[in-house]
Amino acid sequence: MLNDFINQFWPSTVGGLTVGAIYALIALGYTLVYGVLRLINFAHSEIFMIGTIAALFTVTEIIGLTSPAGGIAMIGVLLLIMVIAMAASGGAAVLLELVAYRPLRKKGASRLAALISAIGASFFLQELFALEVIPRLFDRPEGRNQIGAPRLVERDKVFEIFGATVRLDHIIVIVAAVVMMIALDQFVNRTKVGRGIRATAQDPETAVLMGVNIDNVVRTTFLLGGAMAGVAAVLYLVEFELTVFNVGFVLGVKAFTAAVLGGIGNLRGALLGGFALGLIENWGAIFFGSEWKDVIAFTVLVVILMFRPTGILGESLQQARA
Amino acid sequence: MNLKQSLSSGSGVSDRIRDWWAGAAWYYRWAIYLLLLLFVLFVLPSEGVKSFMSPETDWVTTLWDPIGLYILLALGLNIVVGQAGLLDLGYVAFFAIGAYSVGVLGGLHGWPFWATVVAALAIAALSGILLGAPTLRLRGDYLAIVTLGFGEIIRIVARNTTAIGDSRGISDLPRPPTMFGLDFNDVLDVKPFYYLVVAMIVVVIVVSVRLNNSRVGRSWAAIREDEDAAELMGVPTFKFKLLAFFIGAMVGGLAGTGQMGGPQGYIQPENFTFILSATILVCVVFGGSGNIPGVILGAFIIAWLPERFRFLDEYRYMLFGAVLVLMMILRPEGLLPSRRRKAELKEGTGGMGAMGAEVAGPGTAASSEVSK
Repeated sequence: MLNDFINQFWPSTVGGLTVGAIYALIALGYTLVYGVLRLINFAHSEIFMIGTIAALFTVTEIIGLTSPAGGIAMIGVLLLIMVIAMAASGGAAVLLELVAYRPLRKKGASRLAALISAIGASFFLQELFALEVIPRLFDRPEGRNQIGAPRLVERDKVFEIFGATVRLDHIIVIVAAVVMMIALDQFVNRTKVGRGIRATAQDPETAVLMGVNIDNVVRTTFLLGGAMAGVAAVLYLVEFELTVFNVGFVLGVKAFTAAVLGGIGNLRGALLGGFALGLIENWGAIFFGSEWKDVIAFTVLVVILMFRPTGILGESLQQARA
Repeated sequence: MNLKQSLSSGSGVSDRIRDWWAGAAWYYRWAIYLLLLLFVLFVLPSEGVKSFMSPETDWVTTLWDPIGLYILLALGLNIVVGQAGLLDLGYVAFFAIGAYSVGVLGGLHGWPFWATVVAALAIAALSGILLGAPTLRLRGDYLAIVTLGFGEIIRIVARNTTAIGDSRGISDLPRPPTMFGLDFNDVLDVKPFYYLVVAMIVVVIVVSVRLNNSRVGRSWAAIREDEDAAELMGVPTFKFKLLAFFIGAMVGGLAGTGQMGGPQGYIQPENFTFILSATILVCVVFGGSGNIPGVILGAFIIAWLPERFRFLDEYRYMLFGAVLVLMMILRPEGLLPSRRRKAELKEGTGGMGAMGAEVAGPGTAASSEVSK
């Protein structure tokens, strides 16, 4: 057992960081919305799913890619589908806010009502895609089956660390995720809109009095969270090469776990939580087997909420410093 | 202020019926209870009703599962969500625990049916305590996610454990012994199972009503409306929240035992997915969270509509989703709300306080500025 652990430690670490980067990007969406609205955006997992569908549609049906492009062309393809997935996910998130949350917010409805509305929206989007959108976009009779994606990045070995192979796709996923997170962090901390977001998270009442347009702030928050989910969607396709109408469910719960682990409402916490969860899950899988990964993640969630409900870094979008 | 008004002034038809009901003599009430029971036992499963309600499918089977099953589960979840105001997204876990208790003890170890029912109730209630004790101190929406995680853990554990049949599940479940002339061993006759589930529903209704009208029910209402205030007023909130989980889990376990046997006679981990938890939540919210007739009506409609209109079947979850969103926007209190609950929702309290980024509920000066 211990021997297994030592042998598989470094490969698991590489795998854990890769999947953790994807968790972290999705977790940002939960954290941003929770920080501003105190709402668990349950439908965020579907925002992610929409990103994967948009990216995959572009790759297979528009570009018609079957084998990975090399060099500059590969970067170009990745950037293109990233922009498209960000637009699709961001747009869907803004629309979601407009339809499912804004009317409730205007009525001053309870958070319970908002959460139930979020669950409803999540169901609706999943089924809409399974029944109508996926069959039409990909011209298949059954929308509930997995759709395989072509290889986007050649799985070339780049270097080896303590006997663990680090491939090109690992590097692209981790680097892209970290770059996006730094960009978001800077946006929230340096720009005027970002200041509005932080002010609203801190104290909505005072923010309004200081001239912050709350509706704009909420819309921007959903747009940013959605765009991050779009990036995560492309990285997910790069790494796992498939999608399905309910791809977001387990991933969403895990990303939420990551957000809570790092301290929900805290952007840098989402990064830390994502990587931590990816690592814990993969290391745990060495002992228990990979079919127990989901149980490990959910158990981590329960244990964290029991002992440190504010997460590792604490809950603070308003301060946004680790 | 709002609360008082809407509790005393009744205008609609349903309010007039309720006012009459509240003042009716005991023998009227009992006569109506008896009529309802006779209706459910003899008229509802009859051929005449079938031809209208369910021309295409076997009506008694539909009445037993999903209708009876959903009603039972919805009544149990209503105790947790409707009465105590705790959002449980993993309620299916207790259902699974009840079903697997029967499956493991009865199917694999040969216990008789009623012994497994007793054990299932005890195990489900215990698991409710085990889940509740560490998590009930959490804020409302965190609790929702933890319960969701718990539901998934139970399902994945069932799927991954060879000793309880992994993904193949368990077959050869024990059947109840023949009682009152009802033979549960006839594979083609579902009626005994229908009567069994009706009996379970009646028991759960009686327990729910008695609890709701007791000190426990009042404590739950206080916790639901404002937990801090309830604590300050001397309500041991944690104890009562745990009690809600305990009873809710027990009802879930009971539903698990009630689903067993039956025509198919087996259980599988995939019977216990998150979709079922969410569907039961839809039943409660759609019917009228906190109000027992409302919850029964909601569960009936949600279970029956897709069976009656088969073309809906594929689209049922899409419709559920849309219904949930629309319901929360237009009529968050449900079809037949309890009056108290309706008043709470109007005030924007109803459980976990208002959303952030909204200055206040309607009716305060500040909100009008924001909503422009």
